[in-house]
Amino acid sequence: MIEIEHIKKSFDGKEVLHDISGRFEAGRTNLIIGASGTGKTVLLKCIVGLIAPDEGNVFYDGRDFTHADRDLKTEIRREIGMLFQGGALFDSKNVQENIMFPLNILTDMTVDEKLDRVNFCLQRVGLENVNQKMPSEISGGMKKRVGIARAIVNNSQYLFCDEPNSGLDPQTAILIDNLIQEITKEYGITTIVVTHDMNSVMEIGEYVMFMHQGYKVWEGSSENISQAEAKELQDFIFANKLMRMMKSS
Amino acid sequence: MFLGSLFVNRESFRTYVKLIIDESILVGVGSIFIVVIVSTFMGAVTAVQTAYNLVSPLIQDYIIGTLVRDMTVQELAPTVIAIVFAGKVGSSISSGLGTMRITEQIDALEVMGINSVSYLVLPKVIAAVLMYPLLVILAMFLSIYGGYLAGTLTNIITEQEYIYGIRLDFNPFTIKFAMIKSVVFAFLISSISAYKGFFTKGGALEVGIASTSAVTNSCIAILLADYLLAQLLL
Ligand SMILES: Nc1ncnc2c1ncn2[C@@H]1O[C@H](COP(=O)(O)OP(=O)(O)OP(=O)(O)O)[C@@H](O)[C@H]1O
Ligand SMILES: [Mg+2]
Repeated sequence: MIEIEHIKKSFDGKEVLHDISGRFEAGRTNLIIGASGTGKTVLLKCIVGLIAPDEGNVFYDGRDFTHADRDLKTEIRREIGMLFQGGALFDSKNVQENIMFPLNILTDMTVDEKLDRVNFCLQRVGLENVNQKMPSEISGGMKKRVGIARAIVNNSQYLFCDEPNSGLDPQTAILIDNLIQEITKEYGITTIVVTHDMNSVMEIGEYVMFMHQGYKVWEGSSENISQAEAKELQDFIFANKLMRMMKSS
Repeated sequence: MFLGSLFVNRESFRTYVKLIIDESILVGVGSIFIVVIVSTFMGAVTAVQTAYNLVSPLIQDYIIGTLVRDMTVQELAPTVIAIVFAGKVGSSISSGLGTMRITEQIDALEVMGINSVSYLVLPKVIAAVLMYPLLVILAMFLSIYGGYLAGTLTNIITEQEYIYGIRLDFNPFTIKFAMIKSVVFAFLISSISAYKGFFTKGGALEVGIASTSAVTNSCIAILLADYLLAQLLL
């Protein structure tokens, strides 16, 4: 479980996050949604400590991450798997080496064990025969999936995904959403997914935090999201025709 | 701060050895071609120009050999090659790290709990400090050989005279001095370039700017250090 308390962050005097608090339970898929530029990525980076929040605290299962010393920070980070919005694959390493990297650093598995694990993860994200390809030789959606494979390879306790299915076709997108949910349930991990895709929200949104221009506007589950009052959320949900049709029917 | 965090290691020693070897091959072998070209011509030009300037009949021709040796070993090989090294290795260090920064690869390392400064920067600095002196030794031999080629092929000087010249009054301290300079230059180039690359902000444009400024700053640092070391040690 991850708790955040009163997170604030400004860049050059411009407030990007206004006092965000929330609880992300283990074993369910937690979503942070909102329009482009509302600060979802910044919030996620504050949670994993890549950006230091101006104010506020982050707790990983009760462990104060914001004020942790170097050793505790490293300890917690070694339990984290993260997919970045752009994939962030190491471009000097091929697909297999990329996915194997956390295992090389964090475990003392044998080469064969590592290879098995890599192939298992690749298969779970629906990729085959790409082990030896370089990141520059695969498509954007494939990079995303390799990024997910790398994030889950080490059986992390905490999984963060920044827009896991943007740039994927609808079928693969659902496959990835379901994969994330499956892993979350199977291992009881704490998962936070940033997205602006309403399909994902309806598919896997067990807990949804809606952000608008740096404010937390609404939180709840996808089942009651369509009854939400907040005007910004209504606009966000019913931006597309399909959702409007569902509402009127 | 930046240099301090270089030495907070967390990954195993073996990982570092492997990284250092990889980087050394990249830095060392990758630079051989340009070093061969530059140093051979440097020696040749020094020989021809010295010969051109020595018009007095009182001065023996073998002095050309001595002068080529002294100039290249002490000054031209470590310093000029350092500028070349800054252009080749410095720019590649800073653009490499800059790209890793803007594409969030450095963030990805950090999230895995890896000290990205020591993981990425330390092997490059060590590799540069190990390989650059070797490149300079190569450059010394080649520039003396370049002078020999230019001298004998154009009949400025005979083979015997040249060899007599380069063996005359040899002071081993010049080699030591050149090696000290090489280590200092390599450290300056690699750490300045790594710093510039590591703290790149923005996009592809900024990566280019960082790498240009890495090379410019390295060159300035090389020349300053060259002057200071000459003052201190000679
Ligand atoms: N390092 C930074 N320096 C200055 N401003 C930043 C920085 N990172 C983000 N911002 C600003 O913070 C705001 C929120 O950005 P963020 O990347 O969190 O958006 P987002 O919600 O993830 O959007 P998207 O869905 O498009 O990814 C933006 O206005 C952006 O300009
Ligand atoms: Mg984002």
